[in-house]
Amino acid sequence: MLQGHQTWVFDSKPTIIASAAVGGPHEAQGPLAEDFDLLHEDFWLGQDSFEKAEKKLQEQACETAIKKANLKKVDVQFLLAGDLMNQTVPSSFAARTLGVPFLGLYGACSTSMEGLALASLLVDSRFAKNALVCVSSHNAASEKQYRYPTEYGAQKPPTAQWTVTGSGAALVADHGEGPKVTSATIGRVIDMGLSDPFNMGAAMAPAAVDTIEAHFRDLNKDPSYYDVIATGDLGRVGHRIAGDLLKKHGLNIPEEIFTDCGILIYRKDQPIVLAGGSGCACAATTTFGHFLNRMRKGEIKKLLVIATGALLSPMSYQQKESIPSVAHAVSIEL
Amino acid sequence: MEKFLWAFLIGGAICVIGQLLLDGLKLTPAHTTVTLVVTGAVLGGLGLYDPLIKFAGAGATVPISSFGNSLVKGALKEFDSTGPIGVLTGIFQITSAGISAAIIFAFMGALIFRPKG
Amino acid sequence: MSNKKKKKLTPTQLEYQAFAQAREPKRPIVLNCLKAFLVGGLICVIGQGIQMFFVTYFHFSQESAGNPTVAVLIILTVLLTGLGVFDHIAQWAGAGTIIPVTGFANTMASAAIDHRSEGYVLGVGGNMFKISGPVIVYGVFSAFVVSLVVIISRALGVM
Repeated sequence: MLQGHQTWVFDSKPTIIASAAVGGPHEAQGPLAEDFDLLHEDFWLGQDSFEKAEKKLQEQACETAIKKANLKKVDVQFLLAGDLMNQTVPSSFAARTLGVPFLGLYGACSTSMEGLALASLLVDSRFAKNALVCVSSHNAASEKQYRYPTEYGAQKPPTAQWTVTGSGAALVADHGEGPKVTSATIGRVIDMGLSDPFNMGAAMAPAAVDTIEAHFRDLNKDPSYYDVIATGDLGRVGHRIAGDLLKKHGLNIPEEIFTDCGILIYRKDQPIVLAGGSGCACAATTTFGHFLNRMRKGEIKKLLVIATGALLSPMSYQQKESIPSVAHAVSIEL
Repeated sequence: MEKFLWAFLIGGAICVIGQLLLDGLKLTPAHTTVTLVVTGAVLGGLGLYDPLIKFAGAGATVPISSFGNSLVKGALKEFDSTGPIGVLTGIFQITSAGISAAIIFAFMGALIFRPKG
Repeated sequence: MSNKKKKKLTPTQLEYQAFAQAREPKRPIVLNCLKAFLVGGLICVIGQGIQMFFVTYFHFSQESAGNPTVAVLIILTVLLTGLGVFDHIAQWAGAGTIIPVTGFANTMASAAIDHRSEGYVLGVGGNMFKISGPVIVYGVFSAFVVSLVVIISRALGVM
């Protein structure tokens, strides 16, 4: 049911009956390692290219989530998946393995919440009994595509972020036990004219702010309604900018509940990660692993995740285009 | 001994110029190295780069600016001995070793190594 | 070919950019310059040493010793790149590793190694000059222009 200008309220409260998070070596060294179902020691996963390894990450996340729900692949009705690669190849090829009716998505790093919103919409509107969301990202594969070869010696500035190697999956169903998706706010594309691909946080913060404001306006709620409000991957730089921008616009989110998946997923003393985590898997693994685990234990009762995506391509940057961004918010409650 | 000192100082200074282009003007590494190569070519044409090499040794030959100088020197040397077509035939003469080595060893590297990420 | 000037920014965008810039960690320019100076200088000192080695033991002349020196530096760079060490040194050293010939060798080695998965012909062969291309193109073109200018100046009696 539509509420306000751009928010969906899911009256039937679709349930996340199972979720899974798979990660790589850097995630294994981070503070959320315990919340991953599977952690890999290297970027290869026994494959002979990074892109094939990313496909394997998605397959593992999907299969783990399906198994945890005590279901089989044939029981899953729809798969909504996306990633950062050209033509979303890892998602399509993982869908080939899973054999589930497939909807490919691209929202850059916001794809996880875009997928969760759409999956919940399918189940709530009774167009599906269940729907599986899965997104992935791979550090080496995305560096190779968006920036430089992985062994290239360029000096990254302190605003740069580290793409998470991993995949997160969540199975949404019309019955069962688990945290429930209660609403979703679909974001607009916002472009503040920034064009530095090594500073995504500052480029994406305005989109996060725009969607957050729309969410609270449409639902006529106050931020204190939630126990945790987490942005997807603004990192230390973007998160600070977003917080200040929200205050400037008069929306007060208490500091104790306002956090960012890119900041949570790595330790501050992991030097290579600079300003924090990024990539589709950042919001996905943190939400579908860490946050949902805490909800299942009853530590969090009301969660709002605002995944942010920077919609650039390697070519748009070379053609002197700026970086437009989008952010999608999904609320999950017990 | 003095040769080493000047190699260190001049080589370091050219790198500092590069760092200022990277951080100060926020140029990409590609734009920065292109700027230095073109500068080396211009200085070479003006006859100013060779004295720097005499003075600083490897401090001037190791940075990428030396590549631009060598290209100009090669072209002019061939022009002097064989005429106008020498500009084309001579450009890569001096730098041939560097470029060939880079191609050959980079390829061998790709045969042996996998990216570490 | 369109002749668009760089996009003009609206007042809101300019205001946001100033807002964001005030909250960003600044690049440590002075520290980076110091690190670049040290590492760049050190690489040149190593180069000087290698050059003197070739002159003394292999009887190269001062001029021709430059060739094997560059070759040795290139081999060392390819090794460090392949072993996954060069990019970590470079994150610290910045221009100190990019500006010497080590930077050139690294661009070729890293691109070649990364694209192995696309095969040796299209992957390695087709991508090797991905990042070093501009240096070669602009080096050759500027050398061509400079040579012409020098030749014409000499003919006109200016040089």
